[in-house]
Amino acid sequence: MKSPSIVMLRRNFKHIARNPTTVFNAVLMPVVVMLMFVYVFGDAFSVGVDYVDYATPGLLLLAVCYGLGSVAVSVNSDVTKGIINRFKVMDVPRSAVLTGHVIASVLTNLLAVAAIIGVAFALGFNPSAGFLEWLGVIGVVVLLSFAAGWLTIAMGLAAKSPETAGLAAVPLVMLPFFSSAIAPTDKMGPGVREFAEYQPFTPIIETLRGLLNGAPAAGDVIPALAWCVGVALVGYLWASSAFTKRA
Amino acid sequence: MTTSAIAASGLRKAYKDKVVLDGIDLDVPAGTVFSLLGPNGAGKTTTVNVLTTLMRADGGTARVAGHDVVTEARAVRAAIGVTGQFAAVDELLTGRENLQLMADLHRVPGDGGKRIVAELLERFDLMESAQQPASTYSGGMRRKLDLAMTLVGNPRIIFLDEPTTGLDPRSRRTMWSIIRDLVAEGVTIFLTTQYLEEADQLADRIAVLDQGRLVAQGTPDELKRQIPGTHVRLRFTTAAELDAAARVLADSKRDDEALVLRLPSDGGTTSLRALLDRLDEYSISAEGFSVHTPDLDDVFLALTGHTTEVVAK
Repeated sequence: MKSPSIVMLRRNFKHIARNPTTVFNAVLMPVVVMLMFVYVFGDAFSVGVDYVDYATPGLLLLAVCYGLGSVAVSVNSDVTKGIINRFKVMDVPRSAVLTGHVIASVLTNLLAVAAIIGVAFALGFNPSAGFLEWLGVIGVVVLLSFAAGWLTIAMGLAAKSPETAGLAAVPLVMLPFFSSAIAPTDKMGPGVREFAEYQPFTPIIETLRGLLNGAPAAGDVIPALAWCVGVALVGYLWASSAFTKRA
Repeated sequence: MTTSAIAASGLRKAYKDKVVLDGIDLDVPAGTVFSLLGPNGAGKTTTVNVLTTLMRADGGTARVAGHDVVTEARAVRAAIGVTGQFAAVDELLTGRENLQLMADLHRVPGDGGKRIVAELLERFDLMESAQQPASTYSGGMRRKLDLAMTLVGNPRIIFLDEPTTGLDPRSRRTMWSIIRDLVAEGVTIFLTTQYLEEADQLADRIAVLDQGRLVAQGTPDELKRQIPGTHVRLRFTTAAELDAAARVLADSKRDDEALVLRLPSDGGTTSLRALLDRLDEYSISAEGFSVHTPDLDDVFLALTGHTTEVVAK
């Protein structure tokens, strides 16, 4: 017997398969950005280590964010086209509709992350992480993807139209650039630097960077996990209430 | 003994300070077709949303299939099928996949699901386009697919919210015949419509909704007795002519401002010829002549004293 969540997940996969631009956005765009930074700009930054080693953790995060725009749009079309009301008046657990979207989003993110890691190795990425550290990296990426997924779904449900839903995810795509993803924060101008140091992505990136170099600092890991759990919780509660409200 | 499929009392709903439902009482016996008739903005969709558990009323109670819509929402959902005003189909999936999705969500085991899907495609004449994505379907096909999706779970109570709005006359007739077939199977139908003709064609009972209140309820015949039937309108150029005509034509109603005389008529050629002959006999000629059959506007004018236009504001 197929559980409703699995049925919904399969529906989301069919959507992705029939809409190849979403795959392009989610998987190819981060790779393009990576090639651009590593080949074009990378040598111009002096970060003390090989640039690909510096940038890969941040690009993992960027890979997660790029997939979110299409998630927001697809959730929003479910609402605006009325099919969500069909699911709501059926005896189907209400969570199934949203968990389908979240799981599809996390899996697309993982695909993008795998692509980034593959390309990174091709570009000479040389991390010192052992098996346990790699597990840690995957854990953080999944947690972040899960948290960002719930937040994106909430934004998709709350948006008035698919266009606004697509725009709602733009800050999430921009945020990594104002963090330690591409360049160290201590080289940024005043104002931006403080913002970059305290925004949620920086501790998450530093945690990934620490794990890949074999030594994460507790001062990064704790805020990183706290941000992820906090964002997931806010996203989940917001999504649930928006789902109930929109009839 | 007949049991109520849908029973509501005192339903109220307001959005901020705008009252949408102002105390609605309904009783729909099982196996009958009930039609909620009203113009845009009367509260039809809100009523459907409350009865189908999509929306919670501010006051009043409703039971559908014997279950309370608020405290036993899941049991209600298991018993009903809903086809909304806008075809709720998944545009990226094919017609067949849309139906299979419903079968999977209803947890119809393996082959049973495939069989139901094939039966519905056949019954709704969608077999040819079954492999096409629903985004390529015409309005009428989408509506049919939507209704077919609603039927997958074999619901005993079906809500149809303006099922033919925006459809061409031919698709509308197809929809009507599908609805009649469902009724023959003993399904209870709650239908909302803007069209008097549609309610008259399909419903056992009609309730007229106006600004959140039910202004009339009854069988189509009872309702039609309350509204002006088919009548003839004669328009004159001068008041003198109107006077003369009014004198020779008994039970006519005059409108002095518009210089119009209204006469009840069955609209048949015999009675029309008799009327024209009588005017001829007295050498009275009318400037204009029209036969008028009652529409929703007439119903509203008769029952509420205003037309649908006023309501729409």
